Amino acid sequence: MHGVVNWAVHFFMLDEGPLIWLSDFLIICASLGIVVVLTKFRLWKWLWDEWLTTVDHKKIGIMYMIAAILMLFRGGTDGLLMRAQLAWPNMHFLSADHYDQIFTTHGTIMILFMAMPAIIGFFNVAVPLQIGCRDVAFPYLNAISFWLFFFAALLFNLSFVVGGSPDGGWTSYPPYVENQFDPGPGENYYLVALSITGIGTIATGINFLVTILRMRAPGMTFMRMPMFTWSVFVTSVIILFAFPVLAVALALLLIDRDFGSHFFTVNGGGAPMQYVNLFWFWGHPEVYIVILPIFGLMSEVISTFSHKRIFGYSAMVVSMVAIAILSFVTWVHHFFTMGAGPGVNSFFGVSTMAIAIPTGVKVFNWIFTMHKGRLEFKTAMLWSLGVIPNFLIGGLTGVMLAVPPADYQYHNSYFLIAHFHYTLIGGTVFGVFSGLYYWWPKMFGVLLNEKLGRWHFWTFMIGFNICFFPQFFLGFMGMTRRMYTYPAGYGWGVVNLISTIGAFLMGVAFIIFVYNILWSARYGERDTTGDPWDGRTLEWATTSPAPHYNFAIIPTVKGRDAWWLMKQNGESINGPKGVPFRPIHMPNNSGRPFIMSALFFIMGAGFVFQWWILAIVGFVGVLICMAQRSFEYDDSHYIPVEEIEKTEAAAGRL
Amino acid sequence: MKPKGRRVGGLIGLIGFTVLALTGCDSPKYWPVLSPQGPVARSEYYLIIYSFILMLLVVLAVFILFFWVIIKYRARPDNADYVPPEIEGNAKLETLWTVIPILVVIALAIPTVAVTYKLVYPPKVEAATAKVVGKSITIDVISEQWKWVFKYPAQNIETVNYVDIPAGVPVNFQLTSSGPMNTFWVPALGGMEFTMPNMDLRLWLEADHPGSYLGRGAQYNGRGFAHMTFTVNALSPTDFESWVKSVQQTAPKLTQQAEAQINQPGLVGKLTFSSTTPE
Ligand SMILES: [Cu+2]
Repeated sequence: MHGVVNWAVHFFMLDEGPLIWLSDFLIICASLGIVVVLTKFRLWKWLWDEWLTTVDHKKIGIMYMIAAILMLFRGGTDGLLMRAQLAWPNMHFLSADHYDQIFTTHGTIMILFMAMPAIIGFFNVAVPLQIGCRDVAFPYLNAISFWLFFFAALLFNLSFVVGGSPDGGWTSYPPYVENQFDPGPGENYYLVALSITGIGTIATGINFLVTILRMRAPGMTFMRMPMFTWSVFVTSVIILFAFPVLAVALALLLIDRDFGSHFFTVNGGGAPMQYVNLFWFWGHPEVYIVILPIFGLMSEVISTFSHKRIFGYSAMVVSMVAIAILSFVTWVHHFFTMGAGPGVNSFFGVSTMAIAIPTGVKVFNWIFTMHKGRLEFKTAMLWSLGVIPNFLIGGLTGVMLAVPPADYQYHNSYFLIAHFHYTLIGGTVFGVFSGLYYWWPKMFGVLLNEKLGRWHFWTFMIGFNICFFPQFFLGFMGMTRRMYTYPAGYGWGVVNLISTIGAFLMGVAFIIFVYNILWSARYGERDTTGDPWDGRTLEWATTSPAPHYNFAIIPTVKGRDAWWLMKQNGESINGPKGVPFRPIHMPNNSGRPFIMSALFFIMGAGFVFQWWILAIVGFVGVLICMAQRSFEYDDSHYIPVEEIEKTEAAAGRL
Repeated sequence: MKPKGRRVGGLIGLIGFTVLALTGCDSPKYWPVLSPQGPVARSEYYLIIYSFILMLLVVLAVFILFFWVIIKYRARPDNADYVPPEIEGNAKLETLWTVIPILVVIALAIPTVAVTYKLVYPPKVEAATAKVVGKSITIDVISEQWKWVFKYPAQNIETVNYVDIPAGVPVNFQLTSSGPMNTFWVPALGGMEFTMPNMDLRLWLEADHPGSYLGRGAQYNGRGFAHMTFTVNALSPTDFESWVKSVQQTAPKLTQQAEAQINQPGLVGKLTFSSTTPE
């Protein structure tokens, strides 16, 4: 009995102090709250029918966005804890172990469970509407992708209160993360959760590649596609080449840890360097996976709010493709300091600098899109414009990092930290906020408040620069990343204090954003037109939110900026008057993606704790789900004409 | 006379930030990267400054263009009925802003490649210094959990968490690790290099003149990572020779016991031994 209690106390980390108790308390409260609300308002059935079983890309997109915002909160809290600890020399409110776990989860969550779902959420929200089709190519697979991500994120977050979080950094270099130096389930959480979400991401890549290749409305040639759709197309290709490599790296490391092999352990003749190689072969393209869709989105936003078509469309496309190709020949810059010869370092240094060329083309084309325009500084536009100066600083310091001899000094220092936060926040996060303000009406039928949006933007923008600009100097002062504390006397204290103040300002901005969401849900302006920004692409041609089937009649595209052209010519999205509707073929909802992903979660937990019975149960369950699916013949239905007529009449499109 | 580099470094510090004033301290100690104390750090520093100036020019150009456009073409009540022209693009302009970044990249790539090759070889030594200690000295560096072990194979001595080197002489650090990876970084003397198990990487460093510099591990390797620092003492060649002699004569031999203590994860202070293999 005593033994069981001891085990449970350790397993649930109750011996780790108040931070864990508080988290446990909050988790229990939140879970109870959700259950009570769902029961009290009899929402269980609604939740299951409308959301958990949905295969509608728009709803899946919304669920991705909600998850991404929640994870931004989690990752941001980690960030604030770290900044609090570093605010002054010799602070010890976090122990080394806790700090190490927090920076690991911060990085992993922000990249894989915040940036990725946010980006993929936009894929779902916008792409099928932009290319004028009714769903993605594989709606059922799309639901599986989402739920795999969701349960992977759940598993990863569980590590905070059950068994302990990974502490090997988000890059997780062996041999440190091998059992010998890093025992316990923490690192397994990282490996298993990333593997599960990675499967979903690869499926998403395939799904959107096929969707864009095969499902474009008639007349939408490749060179008439909206820039965002172009960026998703290019990104999907990168995903297909990059993510399998990550899967291999993670699997090999997991086999090392769970089954005692020696791929990366030196004692058994393994090569840790090989992991570093595989990791960055995924890791560098990954940063373009989370920035290229933002480039596409910015092109749309800037063009829309300048009331002008995008300047140099072809050059924008070519530069995006060039960036995608170059992204695969730069990964060695992550280990300039690992003993490669000068030839290799020179090659990868120059290939990295070369990315600045197509990126520069894009920046100038954005500026010239605005030239002679009439710029409306709506919040969505502010966030997109915010990307330009901030990402420029991030990108150009990236060029500085690409100089190998200079990188010898920057590597692993705060200069590097400042650089990639300028690209990932100044690029991806700013872009995500831009997309949220831009597409919010399309997602929810309500506009976010502009005034609160401005407060959100300026507080975040100022806080961000106060937080990260000083970190360039910490690099020159010799401070390295991942230090949980530092002694006085290096002159780092004041700089870190300034940085911490900036971080907390970003926290305030996040609260303003959440308040904006809540305020707007209740009092916000409803979008009755479906086209609140005087948009140019097809998603603005339909109702906000779009009806289940997106378009009653698939539009015929006559040029770039299809909806803009239709508006100019006074055409209706349903074509000439009197064209009869026909029943619309749509996929059925299915609970199986949810259940199958839950079984993946169970299997994953088995691998984390090496409880093989649990792993086998989960695995067999997954197989059964797959078998069931392959015998499912009746998986779609028709929407009758009367229902379409009713919906279209309500939208005023008859 | 101050080395030229340091003046530029001070200037950069002033332009960029006022913290230098806030901390009120002399730059070599607080800005090790920007106040290089040896030929390796200096050539890296020049590249840093050069790339910084190049990038600053780009930033200025883009910022001016960007802010000019967003101010000039903002929507105002008096241009409410202005209908912007639909412009497809402009081949000449687009070629221009493709060619300019290419030129910038070339301007950066040439010195980059040159210095990358140069840093593989030891810096030059003055003949007088070379007579005292030789053309270069070799020190083996091993990163342990969480301490730095330095072995001098030719001198048959070993130190922990500090390393004495002769000033004005290139030091060939041969880097390896007993377990997790780390990086060996003495910012005032030059950039870092990884230590990896079963791999021998090398790093040439040299100090111009006697002085004491802070070094640290830069690749995270667990609980004791933040405390994994060491001191590099650059001594005049003659002082170095007499330090070596005194260590050889007075320091204890490396025992099995001491070796076991070093191999165990944990922190230790500075240690000195007069042999590199335990008895
Ligand atoms: Cu990279």
